Amino acid sequence: MSAHILTVDDSASIRMTTRIALTGAGYQVTEAVDGVDGLAKAKGGRFDMIVTDLNMPNMNGLAMIQALRASPAHTGIPIIFLTTESDAEMKAQAKAAGATGWITKPFDPEQLVKITRKVLGK
Amino acid sequence: MNLMDPVQVFRMEAAELFVVIEEGLLDLLGDLSNQAQIDAVFRGLHTLKGSGAMFGFEALAAFTHHCETAFDRVRKGEVPATAELVAAVLEAQDHMKALVDTPNGDHEATGNGLLAKLQAAVGAKAAQGCVVAAPLPAAVASISTTAAPAATRWRLRFRLPVNAMANGTNPLGLLDELAELGDCTIKAETSAIPSLDAIEPDDLHIGWTVELTTTQPQPRAAIEDVFIFVMDDMEMVLEEVSSAPTPAVAPTSVALPLAEAAPSEPARAVNTAPAIADAKQTKPAAENVRVPAERLDELMDRVGELVIAQSRLSQLAGVSADIQLRSVSEDVERLSGELRDTMMVLRMVPVGSLFGRFRRLVHDLARETGKEIELVTEGETTEVDKTVIERLADPLVHLVRNSIDHGLEMPEERLASGKARAGRVTLSARQAGGEVIITIRDDGRGIDRERVRAKAEASGLIQPGQMLLDQELLQLILQPGFSTAAQITSLSGRGVGMDVVKKTVEALRGVIDMHSTPGEGSEISLRIPLTLAIIDGLLVRVGTGSYVIPLSAVEECLELSAEEDLRSRGRSFISLRDHLVPFLRLRELFRTGTPPDRYQKMVVISTGNERVGLVVDQIIGDHQTVIKAMSKLHHDVVTFSGATILGDGNVALILDVTHLVTVGQQQEAQLRAAG
Repeated sequence: MSAHILTVDDSASIRMTTRIALTGAGYQVTEAVDGVDGLAKAKGGRFDMIVTDLNMPNMNGLAMIQALRASPAHTGIPIIFLTTESDAEMKAQAKAAGATGWITKPFDPEQLVKITRKVLGK
Repeated sequence: MNLMDPVQVFRMEAAELFVVIEEGLLDLLGDLSNQAQIDAVFRGLHTLKGSGAMFGFEALAAFTHHCETAFDRVRKGEVPATAELVAAVLEAQDHMKALVDTPNGDHEATGNGLLAKLQAAVGAKAAQGCVVAAPLPAAVASISTTAAPAATRWRLRFRLPVNAMANGTNPLGLLDELAELGDCTIKAETSAIPSLDAIEPDDLHIGWTVELTTTQPQPRAAIEDVFIFVMDDMEMVLEEVSSAPTPAVAPTSVALPLAEAAPSEPARAVNTAPAIADAKQTKPAAENVRVPAERLDELMDRVGELVIAQSRLSQLAGVSADIQLRSVSEDVERLSGELRDTMMVLRMVPVGSLFGRFRRLVHDLARETGKEIELVTEGETTEVDKTVIERLADPLVHLVRNSIDHGLEMPEERLASGKARAGRVTLSARQAGGEVIITIRDDGRGIDRERVRAKAEASGLIQPGQMLLDQELLQLILQPGFSTAAQITSLSGRGVGMDVVKKTVEALRGVIDMHSTPGEGSEISLRIPLTLAIIDGLLVRVGTGSYVIPLSAVEECLELSAEEDLRSRGRSFISLRDHLVPFLRLRELFRTGTPPDRYQKMVVISTGNERVGLVVDQIIGDHQTVIKAMSKLHHDVVTFSGATILGDGNVALILDVTHLVTVGQQQEAQLRAAG
């Protein structure tokens, strides 16, 4: 069974890019459109990893990461967030909230796959 | 459209982001302290920049970055939101649109001009050179030794933070990665493991010592790269163990800052009040699927064909004795009805999406004309067929422009006549029966009937002194080539006149009502059928022909006995619950030769308040009617709005309710005039 990854981003183009990259590398991908959606999907399914944007409407990525880490069922699941070069403060907050790692935007799809392999192992 | 092209998706997304940003900015103009909108605008700009950079819109990303920076400062309370800033960003937004449309165009001069305005609006510091889409720091690699990759030996001692595993880091994965760099021996350091009763299963208490022999060209960077995500929080000692065992040369680095993590990163001044989720946000995100509009139309056509096939089946089953066939036919009828309804809902969009565009228009017009305008929208949730919305956009723009340009007065003039300074333009939408009514109302000076008459006489539309009903006079405005603007401004009077509005509305089988009170304002209503494709109809027979009456217009069906018919002959009015309702004998209207049925039926139809009875031979029943347009040859036919194909392959004409009601009401008016 290939690993199942949840991607959370309000931008359809970024979701599409991540999906193409990850499914191309053999992963199974489920998409969510914001933090609320992401949280619901994460709690409703079994995922091996979560890739999330930070800046989103309804519930931002930071709050979603905090909520996930607060639930015992989701400690330990790798969470990678997308951030920009200029967002050092957000990055620090996301790490403190319990994120596993990050990808700096703009990223190229290979980089995403590389980091996914790194985090998931094998 | 290729749905698999992310650039295309980005363009669509950018268009949506522009709407969000614009709405936010316009709201801010009304209330500069609206934090929710400041956040929304910032988020929109942020996403635009981030996605733009991803898909090769570097110029867009670089430009948007400055606007984002400005809004970030507002968001953090460093600078106040000012009307100048909002206006500057509104203006900048048009430039961003251009950068999305023609990313390779020559936009630099415009961009710099806008940035200067932006700078002025936030104080000079806002837009100091920030480079977006900076090349990723892979370049670090090129600096140091490019010597032949000789094997080097390293000793690494590290201890991850206690919560590393809970946060998703897999230490075994890190050890695997180290092992991929070269030969290594790994030793676990277990002294820190607490006693069993104090242990938390997710906590990590083990440290490791790894001895690694690697031929990597950049061994230190490669090793550090393994720990890229935990580097800042872990304890690590990394030293090169040269073949000569003198450790003095090897520098010891503890918790090296990553090349990537810029020195500007705050020294873990972790915000103790973590950003709380935007819990106040209202609507839960719906999961959407994008479908090209043509596919919806195709599906609609198929559903239409299915409905026709289904009515053939029903007809066959109706005359068959086979009970099973009948039962299947009933199921198919129910299902195709439901399918049709679902299809209709798919095509319906709230009219608010149309109204939204007017806020910008009004904002711009207010600036251009120097008038003060308040735009009020009502009934945004009213749903209308997508095609109708698209076609109504231009006519509505024209009507709103007209209201503002011709209708509303300058602030001083308004004050002088005892009105509020700001003129009010109201856009409202509501559903009534099978129609949606969109109204544009202003509280301006009203339509000057004398000027309308003078203009119409001058342009030969009417004879000098010709008697006209008030409605007729007002409707003259809709004639081709008519414009009352004494002086053609940049807003209206551009040649696309009210006649285009009229044509568009009529093409949608709609009508335009106009009311105007001098000094108090004008109101123009567009009444448009809700949908264009399939309607519920009442199938009736007149003589040997079948006709369809839109069911949404039908109020009731009565029997008209031969005696009653005789009694009312010549008057063509029937008393219906104390109201006199005019009626039309369709047999006469259609000049049917065959003898009438003994019991004539009357179908009472209405459009809003006005009612008319239609006398037919037989009421056959309800019929799902797939509307087929009449051919161009029949464009001047007024009694029928279209045709449909019946189950047996025959054609039935669809009655134009609006027209018939008008004819009936004229009868009533004549009677009143006579009596």
